[in-house]
Amino acid sequence: MTMAASENRARILIVDDEVAYADVLSRRLKRRGYEVESACSGKEAVQKLRKGSFDVAIVDLKMEDLSGLEVLKIFRTLEPSMPVIMITGHGSEEAATAGKALGAFEYLGKPCDFTSLLEVIEKALTLGREKHD
Amino acid sequence: MMKNNEDTYYKSLRRTIALIIVAVSLFPLFLLAAVAGYRFHTSYRGKVISHLQEIVEKHARQIDQFLLEKLAEIQTLATITPVEELTSSASLAEILYSFQKSFGGVYVDFGCVDSSGYQVAYAGPFHLARANYAKAEWFKKASAQPYFISDVFLGLRGLPHFIVAVQVPYKDSFLILRATINFLGFTRLVESVRVGETGRAFILNRQGEYQTAVSFQPKLEPKQILESLASKSADAPSGSLRAVNGASSVIYKEIDGTLYLARPLKKGDWFLIYEQNSRDAFSELYSARRFSIALVALSIITVIFIAWALSYKVVGRIEQVDREKEMLSEQVIQTGKLASLGELAAGVAHEINNPIAIMVEEAGWIEDLLPDIQAVAQSAGREDLITEIANTVHQIKTQGARCKDITQKLLSFARGSDARVQEVNVNDVIEDVVGVISQKAKYDRVTLKVECSNGLKPVFASPSELQQVLLNLINNSLDAMDAQGGDLIVRTAQENGWVVITVADTGPGIPESVLPRIFDPFFTTKPVGKGTGLGLSICYGIVKRLGGEITVDSVVGQGTTFKVYLPVIQEKREGDNGGE
Repeated sequence: MTMAASENRARILIVDDEVAYADVLSRRLKRRGYEVESACSGKEAVQKLRKGSFDVAIVDLKMEDLSGLEVLKIFRTLEPSMPVIMITGHGSEEAATAGKALGAFEYLGKPCDFTSLLEVIEKALTLGREKHD
Repeated sequence: MMKNNEDTYYKSLRRTIALIIVAVSLFPLFLLAAVAGYRFHTSYRGKVISHLQEIVEKHARQIDQFLLEKLAEIQTLATITPVEELTSSASLAEILYSFQKSFGGVYVDFGCVDSSGYQVAYAGPFHLARANYAKAEWFKKASAQPYFISDVFLGLRGLPHFIVAVQVPYKDSFLILRATINFLGFTRLVESVRVGETGRAFILNRQGEYQTAVSFQPKLEPKQILESLASKSADAPSGSLRAVNGASSVIYKEIDGTLYLARPLKKGDWFLIYEQNSRDAFSELYSARRFSIALVALSIITVIFIAWALSYKVVGRIEQVDREKEMLSEQVIQTGKLASLGELAAGVAHEINNPIAIMVEEAGWIEDLLPDIQAVAQSAGREDLITEIANTVHQIKTQGARCKDITQKLLSFARGSDARVQEVNVNDVIEDVVGVISQKAKYDRVTLKVECSNGLKPVFASPSELQQVLLNLINNSLDAMDAQGGDLIVRTAQENGWVVITVADTGPGIPESVLPRIFDPFFTTKPVGKGTGLGLSICYGIVKRLGGEITVDSVVGQGTTFKVYLPVIQEKREGDNGGE
């Protein structure tokens, strides 16, 4: 268990309309020392981002109100330095390419290997810090 | 029911086409045959009749000429011979002798009769000297005019004959010099006109009595002939016989299949009758008619045959086109179904991915909590529980990954065919396809064996198209083995510049008669509604487009082997040398 992250208390925003998934992910991430908030819709996510700042966001591609790509666009304008990890059950490459083109940091298929997710999060945090510095 | 309706429809279509062809072809033929036949018939008949008329006319003149000659001879004899000689049987015999010498056997006998009918002198073969003709018909007539040619009569001698009689002035009264004409000789002269097989001539007098010997039985009684010819006849342009009394024109009439021509002789006392069987007279016309009828009959048979054959062919084509159309629309429906099925599959896969993700993550959470549980378990002395839980979590994660694998495959299939060609390892494609199809094979009781060669070089192909080809081949094999089950081998191999994919089954095989057509579009041996007949033709098209070949080898009762040859990517020569 890495305690390196807990020192900085990196803030992660999970956006997924599948509440149970957001919940289990936040539990697991919190246990690893991250500060996690979850939003179960695109609108809620945007509100949360306006209230506070996050170091990295994990966004589901397919949601009911706003699509993941739309949320990504809004995030890119509100907080361009925050890396966004796209995650989806629809394993289409087109969506992945579109997400990357819009500035997503990485694209992961659902269900994803938790270890790889942690690696991607760490990479994103490193990148975010570099941008801040 | 449907099939019956269709059969009736095509049958009636076939009948309509055949009838139209027959009608269109035969109507002008009949019209032509009727018009040309009628024209030919009329003109040919006219020609034959006018020819016969000419012959009869000439012949009648000849006979008239003969009679006049005989009369003239007797007249000359009467004029130049002294009366003493005429009245002496001996000198008459001398004259007869010399006449017979110079004119052949025309004259039979000579006689000299005085005005009272008493035969003064006679020369000839009969014993008629001193005969009395006072009551004889001919004598009465001969007494009334300077010269006379009698009808045929039996007379005292009891044999048919006719005479030429000339009056010679003698004292206050007259003598009659009478010569008997050789009846048979005259008959021969009359009969000498013979045309065809049945054409013959004879002479009748006004009473319908024969004036020549007839060796045959005419079709009609002489009187009937005269009556028929005398009656107003449409055929006879020159009118009835009576109307042309004495005039030298030939009239004709056809009675009961016999043609009669008549021309007056001896100033209308006699008629030269020419009789001929119509069939004989118009034999060429009849043979031409027979030939034409045969020709028309042949044409009818030909037209009917062509109409039949053509209608069969045309309706066959129409039927085929209809069937293809039907199959095409079926295919369109099928494609639509597949597309919506694909969308459905994609939706399902996506929906399932979320719960699986949650399950897997929850299992991960248990794993996360495992160190805490371990502490509790240790204190309770149940460390074995930890191993159990760890195993269970591991199992959940493994099965979750498997589910993900399945949904991933479903999604990639549902995404539709992508024709973009790229570098492909055939083994990967086979793995994908087999992953999808293996369950179906199991249900079909088919043992699926995959033998992939390791050293396979990549080929240029569209993975989804290649998947389609393999799916088609494997599905066909599974369908072929259907109820009985069997073995299905999918094998890859490297052969020179080709990657060879073999799909071999132990099904019933393909009959040799069907083998050349299996790649034809719309050809199917599956029941109606089951197959579109497009699968193999699509496979063929795809493989050909990739520069490959597809072959089939089948033995009935043993199985079928399809081989797909795909060209490997040609590496550059330098690369070739550099590598290995």
